[in-house]
Amino acid sequence: MYLLILAILIPFIATALIPLIHKRIGAFHIGWFVLLVPLALFLIFIMQIPAISNGETLIQAVNWIPSIGINFTVYLDGLSLIMALLITGMGSLVVLYSIYYLSSSDSFPHFYAYLLLFMGAMLGVVLSDNLLVLYVFWELTSISSFLLIAFWYHRKNSRYGAQKSLLITVFGGFGMLAGFLMLHSMTGTFSIRETAAVVGQYTDHALFYPAMFLVLLGAFTKSAQFPFHIWLPDAMEAPTPVSAYLHSATMVKAGLYLVARFTPIFGGTAEWFWTITIVGLITLFWGAFCAVRQTDLKALLAYSTISQLGLIMSLLGLGSAALHFGDGEQGALYGLAIFAALFHMVNHSTFKGALFMVVGIVDHQVGTRDIRRLGGLMAFLPITFTFAVIGSFSMAGLPLLNGFLSKEMFFTASVNAVSLPIFGVSTWGLLIPIIAWTASVFTFVYCMIFVFRTFFGAPQLKKLDRKPVEPSIGMLISPAILCVLIVGLFFAPNLLGDHLLKPALHGIIPGISGAAPHISAWHGFNTELFMTLGIIVVGTLLFLTFRSWYKIYLIQPAGWNFTVLYNSLLQDLKRAANWITTHYMTGHLPAYFAYIFVFFIAAAGGALISTGALSIDLTADSPITTYEGMLIAVMAIAAISIPFAKSRLTAILLNGVLGFSIAIFFVLFRAPDLALTQLVIETVTTVLFLLCFNFLPEWKTEDSSKRIKIRNAVIAIAAGVIVTLIGLTVNSGRLFESISGYFEDSYELAGGDNIVNAILGDFRAFDTMLESLVLFIAGLGVYTLIRLKHGKGPGKDEH
Amino acid sequence: MESLIIILVGVLTTVAIYLVLSKNVVRVILGTAILSHAVHLLILAMGGLKQGTVPLLGEEAEIYVDALPQALILTAIVISFAVTAFILVLAYRAYQELETDNLGAMRGSDDE
Repeated sequence: MYLLILAILIPFIATALIPLIHKRIGAFHIGWFVLLVPLALFLIFIMQIPAISNGETLIQAVNWIPSIGINFTVYLDGLSLIMALLITGMGSLVVLYSIYYLSSSDSFPHFYAYLLLFMGAMLGVVLSDNLLVLYVFWELTSISSFLLIAFWYHRKNSRYGAQKSLLITVFGGFGMLAGFLMLHSMTGTFSIRETAAVVGQYTDHALFYPAMFLVLLGAFTKSAQFPFHIWLPDAMEAPTPVSAYLHSATMVKAGLYLVARFTPIFGGTAEWFWTITIVGLITLFWGAFCAVRQTDLKALLAYSTISQLGLIMSLLGLGSAALHFGDGEQGALYGLAIFAALFHMVNHSTFKGALFMVVGIVDHQVGTRDIRRLGGLMAFLPITFTFAVIGSFSMAGLPLLNGFLSKEMFFTASVNAVSLPIFGVSTWGLLIPIIAWTASVFTFVYCMIFVFRTFFGAPQLKKLDRKPVEPSIGMLISPAILCVLIVGLFFAPNLLGDHLLKPALHGIIPGISGAAPHISAWHGFNTELFMTLGIIVVGTLLFLTFRSWYKIYLIQPAGWNFTVLYNSLLQDLKRAANWITTHYMTGHLPAYFAYIFVFFIAAAGGALISTGALSIDLTADSPITTYEGMLIAVMAIAAISIPFAKSRLTAILLNGVLGFSIAIFFVLFRAPDLALTQLVIETVTTVLFLLCFNFLPEWKTEDSSKRIKIRNAVIAIAAGVIVTLIGLTVNSGRLFESISGYFEDSYELAGGDNIVNAILGDFRAFDTMLESLVLFIAGLGVYTLIRLKHGKGPGKDEH
Repeated sequence: MESLIIILVGVLTTVAIYLVLSKNVVRVILGTAILSHAVHLLILAMGGLKQGTVPLLGEEAEIYVDALPQALILTAIVISFAVTAFILVLAYRAYQELETDNLGAMRGSDDE
């Protein structure tokens, strides 16, 4: 049974089919076909719940590149199942919603192709057991996110947001890949399960902590954790269904998934605990704090998402302490934080999804989502208003809604953390509940802003593009289902807890046993309840007096934020790249020649020295006669005189001396064919030079500066020395037997007495044929260049 | 003998590269011509010098000199001639079109 592998592949297959279907169906909306994919997958995953809730796990594997340990292994446990249900469930609702949201001028095939691409990639991320396969799917989600953010690519902001999100998430993804490779070099396996089983032996390994931080870099960038959160607000340029799906419910939770998945591997160490907890808490606070000042409803929700992701992240950090204790009462106590994280992850998807859909409806119906232009919409959009209240009150953590339950569990976890006896928590531990509480106050404030600024107060109908009316029923179905879930989960949280959260918790903290935490709404008058009451009181006061404390946002100078840093980094990078290119790509041929020779000196000389190959042995040399010695002296003097020649005629004649001397050498060295050819060619070349000189200006003495001349001389001498050394080294000893003996049978093999001719005409006949082709092409080139008609400047030389 | 020829190759290479790095087109062309002389001598020296007779089977000698480098050089001489001829004509055309034989002045337009 390869049902799970098929589940990953189905969206990709559907993606490929979209263009074909789109052409056939005419006026019928393609979204209805697309809807079938997540719905079917959702049902498939629902059917896995009984087995998973019994504590079973499913593994299906297809060998892909087994020689290097890359296999398509699909692993379904509680954690994967929660994510898969979120991806397919939210996917169904979002596709349904988008059918009514998109306008007829949008390109449906593109939109749904990207969306399905994302869905398949995201399922691949949460179901893969193989690290490299996971990485590939991980980057694929970044790419599909990029395509969806830039869906309205004619807008400058969309393109900017898409690029920003891609650069930041792919940057983190690369770090993560390096972390994966480090893990592999430690453990020798790419399987996450196998790594978790053996990683205990490697905690002292030098790569253990680098691998941990690199994996976290990937998780933090993907889940928009401080300071990498800056891409998420800009990602809001995407169509609202995309924001609801990718940028609140699923893709940004991939980082959380990764942290949860790697908790059995890295969890239980102080570094893991503190890094995740601190980053999570900072993100929680900063996101909530920034959300309050936003005037765009989607920007408000974006910062709110950042904040909520930070909340879940900090819970995952706090819960990792359980691994330090293993099985037992304390393990169970801190493991509760992981349980709360998973619970809040589900809850966040429900209420944030509903809220994004509400914003989408408002935007769609009145043409703006600017809080300053909105107000009093309650009378016009009563149903939408109801959804907004349910969603944001759940986010604020008010009773009778699911957000209340997970928020209380968050407070429990943060209060428990204070008494944690390890990792030096006792010093700073009290800050954890304080930051959690403060951030929650701001959360309450922006939730109220969302509801009251939009739906209460005096309507400003003149500022709106259209008169507000409720949208068609189709647009209301999806948020309605989510709102039912928000309320339903409050009254029956343990249905989710027992069947999904418990097996997921056991997957993350393997040592933990015993009964699952029981979720209940009422714990008596304890600290958590008073924290919630405090939030409501202080939050309400802050909301009402917003104008009087608004000025604290002006403390942060305008240029002091990470987006400015990001922009200037990007600018500097471009400028530096440009500077380097313009400085070495000069357009001057001599400069390029110099690069080539310097590189040759460095590469060949470096290899000669570093390999220790250099050796000089003169014993095998043949004797020298006086006549040969004189010839060598003549050639050396002629060569050295050429650069100093006053006229070009002298230079040409000296070059002729070289050529004819070589011909004599060929005779001396028993190469009659070469001598004949050299004599002919040298004569023709000299004549050709003289002929051309008739048309070229007189040889001027080199007008380069002295500095350049010295530089050229140094390069030339260095290259000459390297060539000499290589030649001497090769001459000193042979690594291989010569192959020339083979050609001495030329009469038997090729029917020729002249071995050189036999090689050229028979053994290497193709070389000779191509050589004549080169001659032919050169001749053609010469002919063309001479016949080319005169013309000045570009564009005039067509003939 | 071989070592001496190799040192001569080094001298020829030095001169050739010095000329190639120059700004004057004719010097560059002369440089490439000298460079091919150097390479031919180098290849020949690599095969060992004067150890045997001319590679003609009719000589019926015990040892022949290595024929393979000779075949390679023969090809190289012809091709280097073709290249020299081509760039000479190229220099001639470039001078006619651009009215300079200075490589420093020959470069792409700024808006590339």
